[in-house]
Amino acid sequence: MAEGDIEFVERIAEGVLRGDVRSIARAISIVENEPRLAPLLISKIFPYTGRAHIVGVTGPPGSGKSSLIAKLAKIWRKDGKKIGIIAVDPTSPFTGGALLGDRIRMQELTGDKDVYIRSMASRGSLDGLSRATRDAIKILDAAGKDIIIVETVGAGQAEVGIVKVAHTVLVVLCPGLGDEIQFLKAGIMEIGDIFVVNKADIGDADRVVLEIENILEMASEFLPQKPAWAPLVIKTSVITNEGIEKLVRSIEEHYAYIRGTSEGEFVRDKIIEELVDIIGENVREYARHLITKDSMCNEILERVLKKDIDPYTAARKILAEMLKRREF
Amino acid sequence: MGEEKKEERKIRVLIAKPGLNGHDRGAKVVARGLRDAGMEVIYTGLRQTPEQIVETAIQEDVDVVGLSILSGAHMTLLPKVVQLLRERGADDVLVIAGGIIPTEDIPKLKEAGIAEVFLPGAPISKIVEFIKKNVRKRR
Amino acid sequence: MFRRETLEEIENRLKEWEKLVQEETKIIPEREKEFRTLSGIPVKRVYTPLDIKDKDYMRDLGLPGEYPFTRGIHTTMYRARFWTMRQFSGYGGPEETNRRLKYLLKHGETGLSLAFDFPTIMGLDSDHPLAHGEVGVCGVAVDTLKDMEIIFDGIPMDKVTTNMTINHPATVLLAMYIAAAEKQGVPPTKIGGTTQNDPLKEFIAQKSYVFPPEPAVKLAIDIIEYCTKHVPKWNPISISGYHIREAGATAVQELAFTLADGITYVKQAIERGMDVDQFAPRLSFFFAAHIDFFEEIAKFRAARRMWAKIMKEWFGAKKPRSMWMRFHVQTSGVSLTAQQPENNIVRVAIEALAAVLGGCQSLHTNSMDEAWALPSEKAVKIALRTQQVIAYETGVANTVDPLAGSYYVEWLTDKIEEEAWKYIDRIESMGGMIEAIKKGFPQREIADSAYRFQKEVEEGKRIIVGVNAFVDEDEKLEIPLLRVDPEIEKRQIERLKRIKKERDNSKVQQRLAELRRAAERGENVMPYILNAVKVYATLGEIMDTLKEVYGEYKEPILF
Ligand SMILES: Nc1nc2c(ncn2[C@@H]2O[C@H](COP(=O)(O)OP(=O)(O)O)[C@@H](O)[C@H]2O)c(=O)[nH]1
Ligand SMILES: [Mg+2]
Repeated sequence: MAEGDIEFVERIAEGVLRGDVRSIARAISIVENEPRLAPLLISKIFPYTGRAHIVGVTGPPGSGKSSLIAKLAKIWRKDGKKIGIIAVDPTSPFTGGALLGDRIRMQELTGDKDVYIRSMASRGSLDGLSRATRDAIKILDAAGKDIIIVETVGAGQAEVGIVKVAHTVLVVLCPGLGDEIQFLKAGIMEIGDIFVVNKADIGDADRVVLEIENILEMASEFLPQKPAWAPLVIKTSVITNEGIEKLVRSIEEHYAYIRGTSEGEFVRDKIIEELVDIIGENVREYARHLITKDSMCNEILERVLKKDIDPYTAARKILAEMLKRREF
Repeated sequence: MGEEKKEERKIRVLIAKPGLNGHDRGAKVVARGLRDAGMEVIYTGLRQTPEQIVETAIQEDVDVVGLSILSGAHMTLLPKVVQLLRERGADDVLVIAGGIIPTEDIPKLKEAGIAEVFLPGAPISKIVEFIKKNVRKRR
Repeated sequence: MFRRETLEEIENRLKEWEKLVQEETKIIPEREKEFRTLSGIPVKRVYTPLDIKDKDYMRDLGLPGEYPFTRGIHTTMYRARFWTMRQFSGYGGPEETNRRLKYLLKHGETGLSLAFDFPTIMGLDSDHPLAHGEVGVCGVAVDTLKDMEIIFDGIPMDKVTTNMTINHPATVLLAMYIAAAEKQGVPPTKIGGTTQNDPLKEFIAQKSYVFPPEPAVKLAIDIIEYCTKHVPKWNPISISGYHIREAGATAVQELAFTLADGITYVKQAIERGMDVDQFAPRLSFFFAAHIDFFEEIAKFRAARRMWAKIMKEWFGAKKPRSMWMRFHVQTSGVSLTAQQPENNIVRVAIEALAAVLGGCQSLHTNSMDEAWALPSEKAVKIALRTQQVIAYETGVANTVDPLAGSYYVEWLTDKIEEEAWKYIDRIESMGGMIEAIKKGFPQREIADSAYRFQKEVEEGKRIIVGVNAFVDEDEKLEIPLLRVDPEIEKRQIERLKRIKKERDNSKVQQRLAELRRAAERGENVMPYILNAVKVYATLGEIMDTLKEVYGEYKEPILF
């Protein structure tokens, strides 16, 4: 790493800690685009993380997540809380591009210095939450945001990464989705601390509430013991403001509950997950590098191609080679 | 081994529509076109003030701001965006404009810091090409 | 319509003929694998009686002036009277517009047309921060009744008709018009004109919306109801496909979405207890004429037939007039190119011809530079002359619906109708247009069409002369300067300030409070708005009052 790089990252990190908007923005770009610099940046800010309440908001597209987040943020702003919002939208698998439109719903927050909003593309992450998104949360945390709201599109099991990082997970549904039940069965039911049935002003919200309650009840019967926090179901409307205040207070209650009971465990689990992730990523990268670029490992690959040896044996050999070289 | 990693740099573009005119056909077509060219496009909807546009550009740390304008207030609104970006120290952001902009005003806009003006009928491929060539290496 | 033997003979012959075609295309292949209309409807090599063999002349076409009005709403059409050649105008401040209108009147025009600037269209006063730089730019600025008085100063409002292109704030502008007329001593029963007053298409296409869909439609119905009772010569609504088309819709989408909007208005008016035959004859439509000649003609013919069916079969209209689809046409703005602008004269002529062969009631021909500039006087004149050449020289107006019976045109008319019904059914199954809009359905369909078209142009699958073919390499695009006098904004704001100081402010507050309460009770707000404008409440104040009750619309995110 060049000296200029180090200086640059240090400057950005300082800015982040001061809460400077431009530095925060740059820092997030670093964790998105410059894997070379990201570890240094995170090392500078990591000591200052762990203070924010991280709220995950997930659910199918169009259920009103972004609109709801705008409402929550406004109420928390009145309480004097500083807010960070990260809105993740999917990257197109065909073109690698993305259209990020969540800000449209949050327009009225633009201009408030204590609200920072960042749109991020998922960029092919496996569980809907990329490494960069996780680091972006740390950056906002270190920048002194009291509450960090992370919006992800959840359409099934594949996108539950949000539980690994958020203290409180909201699952936002609404009437008229058609296949909402499918959606519920697809595993997302297990991740919600609070289920929000939005758009209570239209359609049959009560029916959706009932359906969710049924499923939750059924699910709880399979649990060995009753969980201390039974998931809540709250009806809201962004149009009439029904249930919004209640939702805010419930989120706060849930956080208080986590803090009072299992926060230590939560943080521990989160860090274990993260370590495993980072190690895995590094190992994967290095393995790919060796197999494609290193002549010796390349030979092993050729042997697999010739059916000379099987993939398991080859993997063991390459892993042994990796450990011997200790280059990562 | 870190050096081996490809520096994956996606171009981030903010497409904004200042002014009261609501015709967003052009803005939306361009937003899609840029996405299909592999860019990350942030679209903020209609009727944004220069202040809102710049605040968004800063928060989103975009490489490019594309302004679509049709209502004739371009000489008030476009230079204002550039000026505010400069004030915020974000003068490395590439600002381009598209829409119905009188030929006579184009040199003035360029002088004011608008990198390029795309007139009606400009193919998206031209816009993509221009962005790729001119987006600045930023730090 | 054809004898069975004839059809069989054609069918047999056609098989033989196909063989011949196979041979010939081996030697000279056709230009394309597949030909499609601008809407994407596949077009066959040739059309024959077989393609319209199921048609029943009396049922599907009928005679001009008779149900289902496929051939025209009048018996004699242009043999009696040409379509109205209406050219829009209006910019700057009220003073400039007044001078312009007087000039037009002196030159024999009686149909006036008011375009408003964007702040007015959005219901904002000229001193609103968002209005800066846009006051009087694309139309005239109106803040209070005073401005309307100035616009019509010295113009006898019982002798002219006025077309006002205004939607979400239409109640306010109409109230100002009525009040200005009363000040001249002209009662509401003597004024005539049109308010566009089509709020739904704002959500779908034009995007100059203020209120959410339900209250926006409610206000539109308020106007229909009020006019039916008090302003009988007024056309309260002009249900518009033009903007939908300009936003990128296909001909089929333009037709279907416009009809679905119309259906919504009629339903709501009936729900309010109005008699369909009382208000329906005053409804009118507004379409685009694009460049795919036959498809446009077919669209207009299908539109008339569909509306007649809807009014008769769905809503039980009895009067033929209620089933008439009267429509204004404007040639397509988006089909014009900034490159080689003179080519646009030709495009406009072809589009205008389609409108006339489609049986329009009035027509606006674009000037060749209209899409990107204040049209030059010469360009405006050529546009008008284009209509006159069609009317007086070509002879196309000498017989009614001359293309009827063309195998292709009849088939295409049916096809467009069929495709449009599919859309209407889909929208109905969503719960109607308002629900569809909330789901973003029409918006997404249009955005998809616009993007598809753009890609086809860039890939060279659609040729646009002068743009992606036959390009003049050394041509430099010239977009002329739109000179807006900054004095207009200053003057407008000063006048607004002065009026706010001089008027009886306690009365204004009182009337706004009354309006607010009426809106909360769900009453027709027209009388209350009329009361408010009379004491010089501003457009912005009235709109803000309504916003407090109705809320404001935010668009769904759609790509
Ligand atoms: N009627 C109604 N519409 C809502 C409500 N919340 C959101 N919407 C609309 O639903 C659409 C999708 O909202 P958005 O916040 O973008 O959803 P997201 O995709 O989950 O982020 C938008 O058109 C919103 O205006 C609500 O409570 N009631
Ligand atoms: Mg969203």
